[in-house]
Amino acid sequence: MSYLSLTDRDREEMLAAIGVSSVEELFRDIPAGVRFHRDLDLEPALGEQELSRHLEELAARNVDTTHELSFLGAGIYDHYVPAIVDAVLQRGEFLTAYTPYQPELSQGVLQAIFEYQTAICELTGMDVSNASGYDGTTVAADACYVAKHATGRSKVVVTEATNPQVRQVVKTYAPGFGLEIVEVPHREGVTNPDELRRAAADAACVIFQQPNFFGCLEPAPDLAAAAHDAEAIPVAHVDLVSLGVLEAPGVYGCGMAIGEGQSAGNYQSFAGPHYGFLAARNDFIRRMPGRIVGETVDTAGERGYVLTLQTREQHIRREKATSNITTNQTLLALAGLVHLSWLGPEGLRELGETCMGLCDYAKRRLVAAGFELAFPERTTFKEFAVRVGRSAKDAVATARSRGVHPGYALGRDFAGLDDALLVAVTEQRSPEDIDRLVEALAA
Amino acid sequence: MKLIFEKSQPGRRGGELPRPDVPTPEVPPELKRDRPPRLPELAEPEILRHFTKLSTRNFGIDTGFYPLGSCTMKYNPRVNERLVMLPGFRDLHPYQDEDGSQGALELMWRLQEALIEVSGLDACSLQPAAGSQGELTGLMLMRAYFADRGEAERRDTIVTADTAHGTNPASVTMAGYKLAKVRTDPRGNVDVAHLRELVDERTAGLMLTNPSTLGLFDEHIEEIAAIFHEVGALLYYDGANLNAVCGISRPGDMGFDIVHINLHKTFSQPHGGGGPGGGPVVVRDTLEPFLPVPAVVKDGDGFRLDHDRPKSIGKVRGYTGPFGVFVRSYAYIRSYGPGLREMSETAVLNANYLLARLKDAYDLPFERLCMHEFVLSARSLKREHGISALDVAKRLMDYGFHPPTIYFPLVVPEALMIEPTETEAKETLDEFTDAMLAIVREAAEDPDVIKEAPHGRPVRRLDEVKAAKRAIVKYGFEEHADLSAEPAEARQLEAQKGA
Repeated sequence: MSYLSLTDRDREEMLAAIGVSSVEELFRDIPAGVRFHRDLDLEPALGEQELSRHLEELAARNVDTTHELSFLGAGIYDHYVPAIVDAVLQRGEFLTAYTPYQPELSQGVLQAIFEYQTAICELTGMDVSNASGYDGTTVAADACYVAKHATGRSKVVVTEATNPQVRQVVKTYAPGFGLEIVEVPHREGVTNPDELRRAAADAACVIFQQPNFFGCLEPAPDLAAAAHDAEAIPVAHVDLVSLGVLEAPGVYGCGMAIGEGQSAGNYQSFAGPHYGFLAARNDFIRRMPGRIVGETVDTAGERGYVLTLQTREQHIRREKATSNITTNQTLLALAGLVHLSWLGPEGLRELGETCMGLCDYAKRRLVAAGFELAFPERTTFKEFAVRVGRSAKDAVATARSRGVHPGYALGRDFAGLDDALLVAVTEQRSPEDIDRLVEALAA
Repeated sequence: MKLIFEKSQPGRRGGELPRPDVPTPEVPPELKRDRPPRLPELAEPEILRHFTKLSTRNFGIDTGFYPLGSCTMKYNPRVNERLVMLPGFRDLHPYQDEDGSQGALELMWRLQEALIEVSGLDACSLQPAAGSQGELTGLMLMRAYFADRGEAERRDTIVTADTAHGTNPASVTMAGYKLAKVRTDPRGNVDVAHLRELVDERTAGLMLTNPSTLGLFDEHIEEIAAIFHEVGALLYYDGANLNAVCGISRPGDMGFDIVHINLHKTFSQPHGGGGPGGGPVVVRDTLEPFLPVPAVVKDGDGFRLDHDRPKSIGKVRGYTGPFGVFVRSYAYIRSYGPGLREMSETAVLNANYLLARLKDAYDLPFERLCMHEFVLSARSLKREHGISALDVAKRLMDYGFHPPTIYFPLVVPEALMIEPTETEAKETLDEFTDAMLAIVREAAEDPDVIKEAPHGRPVRRLDEVKAAKRAIVKYGFEEHADLSAEPAEARQLEAQKGA
């Protein structure tokens, strides 16, 4: 199957117009020594139905969350994606457009991004949001780059209770950025503000996660204050879905708010494509990475939207740009906007409360069944760590044989937590589902 | 058109959520949200209508011809959109155990193998999220490779071409390297004499797009590769223009050591109004130990994630990369099979046909056959009639086309960079040609109709200078500024739009 239109006659006419006798001749500038002289060793072409069958077979060899009761989270969550999200994303005018370089043909996506930026700023309490970053890990690296240039400092502090994926990506970017990364350990599931303050001396920024990787609520205002004491920029890595019930980072003094947008509007999709968001105070607007849409008017006074502050960007500033990002995650951010619009302020608060309630129910049921919480003193949002009295990996295997994926084995990333599972509970799970989880783990 | 926030009415709502009968624990007061976020309050029908109306104010490949140079705006097959929504893909958690994600891992492995074959190299990581991240990953790989050889301190410079995408120099800076820029010669190739002056034992590598952003295949590519390899430096291939050469010439055979591939260009991931993309890197075996973790490997009859790569640069993105992009691109490759060569041949035929029909009407900076795209200049139009590349772009909208990339590459004044792709019919190319030729006539006869273009779009030319100056980047609710009362001009920057 191919998606080509040319007929043999078209080809002849076109070659004649060009003034060559064969398609082969079009490639005469390619030196003989680098020409490829055989057929590509790829499997034969498939028609649409054969292709569908082949991919359906591959998909069927995965165990997804519609086939297995799953409590996996650890950064990617099984939230409900309303049908209206799919309907909007299937509009070809959005799906098959590119970056809105020509505003007269792109008011749809430009206005949608402007609305997305507004929603992100409202949720996070920030002044400016970009049009999206790649995911919740790369926006953390972006924030470090902004902070380094804003402060002239080259140390970054990240709390250990921040998603290990985020920490690993920041560490990968660090050598190129000329950054030293310092981690502050968690104490019983949360970060100690005094320890953070000491570590933050001479730091460009401090990154912490709220709720943190263990699902625990950090003393976020105290952590932001600790960063400020050291004149480091506090950066909160937050979950959009939590911001109907949890305070906005801008309110408690953060300079930037970042995070993984997947919870709002995106399927799990084996980790992508999703979107990262990056919002900041006005102080950093000219250091922001990526696209930003601004409002303006045309000559008739009609309101319109354009890509703006482009002198930050690679296509204008080249080696002096604030980032190299070009293609971003606009479509996924649009999904986020649609989902958040569908929820509205009431729905978002209810969603947060439901997650918290179910999470709490799961904790109580597990404790009643004899399990010990890893951090029993902490308030949690939609995820918590529980000790299962044996290797968490084994517990996963046993529970899965009973049709339940009980969560993420924390020993992968944290010493001393080999017996702990990170259990995520979203609004997609019911109290009865949680009862099944308890049974599967108790077996 | 009103913003969704301006349509909001207190008390309205879209969806209802399950409300299980469980008590909600208290949020500690100092952590609890004080003021509700002002998200829109609308019923679902109005939400759908809002976004549908927005979509009608947008232009995609589905709407019409979109020859945005260097962006490869080809048809996006709808079967791929259906396949990516299979629950086994859509609802799969990235931490699902390997025995529960064999289909996903196999798909990724198969895609890796296909990209390795197309590139003519040895090993692949799908992790980078876009082309520019693939570039940065490539530079990180260079740094790790030289560190392993004890040469990281010494090798501090990367060479890029003056025709390069802005991402190349931006990536060089982000990776902590110094930049050296090589000139273009009179035939549109890299100036080899200048290159020899720039390259020495301090050089870490080259970043090059081939064919270049001029749409020209570098005739000295073997000599260029030798210049770098002789000093122990590496060659990085910016795969932005790979659509020209699949099955015709492979980057590995040209001498490149690292390649990134834009899955949203050559392999048809829909561009989504700006993204998502995918930027896998493919490398020579000497660089494989440094690739990001985890690697997707075949192990007997099964597939697994290999985290045990002690020399790896680490992770450049979360988990194993943007999987949905892999599904679409794998499906696209399987649709063509070895016929990917015909895909590239057709892309090059379409471009040369347009070039042949337009080159007498516009200035052609390099008198050569092109590859999958070509660059014209509106320099004469501007000199003779005051019609700029920006004006041509705006007028093309009136004829129903998305404009080409303009003002790029920077080495061509008043550049119009045109990439038709292989999925366009000859009639479409003819209609576009007719429009481009009509604009040349109009420039002489009625230049004002061009300068005032576009006509009949939702907005006329917008004031970009005002946007940057006022920096209104979110809705201000009751304090939202009303710009319509202020004087505005059609101030659009004659600067790169596209690529």
